[in-house]
Amino acid sequence: MKAKIATTWLDGCSGCHMSFLDMDERILAIADRIELVYSPLVDFKTFPDQVDVTIVEGAVASVDDLNKIKKIRKHTRFLVALGDCAINANVPSMRNPIPVEQIINRAYVENAVIHDELPKHPALPDLLARVMPVHEVVKVDVFIPGCPPSNDTIFYAVAELLDGRIPDLTDKTRFGA
Amino acid sequence: MPVNGQIKIVTLKVNGKDVSARADQTILQVCRENEVFIPTLCHLEGLSNIGACRLCMVEVAGQKKLLPACTTTVNEGMEITTTTDRLGHYRRMILELIFSERNHTCSVCVSNNYCELQFLSQKLGIDHIRVPYRFPKFNVDASHPYFVLDHNRCILCTRCVRVCDEIEGAHVWDVSGRGIQARVITELNQPWGSAETCTQCGKCVNVCPVGALSDKGRSVAENKKRSEFLPYLTQRRREKI
Repeated sequence: MKAKIATTWLDGCSGCHMSFLDMDERILAIADRIELVYSPLVDFKTFPDQVDVTIVEGAVASVDDLNKIKKIRKHTRFLVALGDCAINANVPSMRNPIPVEQIINRAYVENAVIHDELPKHPALPDLLARVMPVHEVVKVDVFIPGCPPSNDTIFYAVAELLDGRIPDLTDKTRFGA
Repeated sequence: MPVNGQIKIVTLKVNGKDVSARADQTILQVCRENEVFIPTLCHLEGLSNIGACRLCMVEVAGQKKLLPACTTTVNEGMEITTTTDRLGHYRRMILELIFSERNHTCSVCVSNNYCELQFLSQKLGIDHIRVPYRFPKFNVDASHPYFVLDHNRCILCTRCVRVCDEIEGAHVWDVSGRGIQARVITELNQPWGSAETCTQCGKCVNVCPVGALSDKGRSVAENKKRSEFLPYLTQRRREKI
């Protein structure tokens, strides 16, 4: 039976997903062994009930991220934090020493050339007071540091997971790699 | 330690292996000579040892407490162990606390790829920080014409303080505040650019193990440090060449 894999993208730049795709033809070998059930790369709108491995890119920065990751954890057997944003909140967390109101105001009022008003649409999720690494919110099973982790690292980690092993990434990647 | 004009030699065990050493050597020196890895951050060859970072702690048979390898001299018959679960636990914890205390953000740091903190955390298998990050608010002092001080990256190893005092003889740097409030300061907390005692030699920048001190104008992953000069300089001073 094929492993059910999901990927998701919280507060990050999508660079980790790009690096994932960057593994070229090796992705075909992986594709044969998995069923991609939810991802920004495919079109499913709802997160399935039972997923074997979910790979998370990005930090938890908004109410939407928070709800999403809690739901994902509930329906995922194995949660993988991919990249520095998911692991240490990285660049998104550089706003943390500054109060949220001040940041929103700076972006939408102080620096606005036209329409200087705060966004109010109900579909827009509120920002959390501070951006958090994924493991501060839910349990994470495997960490793959890097900004982004190289395609070789991601391929190795995913292949190991599909073979039922926890990947040892000590000599392959690090924070900022 | 000359005895009757002769240097006293002791024998001891490092990780079960017999080694010999001069009696005035530190555990760290002996281990490095014998290619036994001990992680360090505040230590730098050529500067005085202060045993501050606690990464070089080792176990010595018959001693309940751990001893810092950089400030403990060897003894005859000493039995030293440099890697145990207990040491690994403490070393990882120290590095994790260092990361959580400030805003290191390796991916956008001038010292990315050249950073001792980054390399050590990889070597010790740290793939995430278990304690919550503090995300403190720190300023960057870019008032100096050639160099930049970024408190966000500082690990308070005080190599800058020591190299400026001990080697350059200018003593521009000090540490102000205590505990979590501690910061390195220039000239009694004046902006670096206005520090009249600074000779602009750049030794502090080159011994800084992280991205706290950098050359002005360097961008992400561009600030390779050159601390190799230090042992030669101290040796030359000692021998008055």
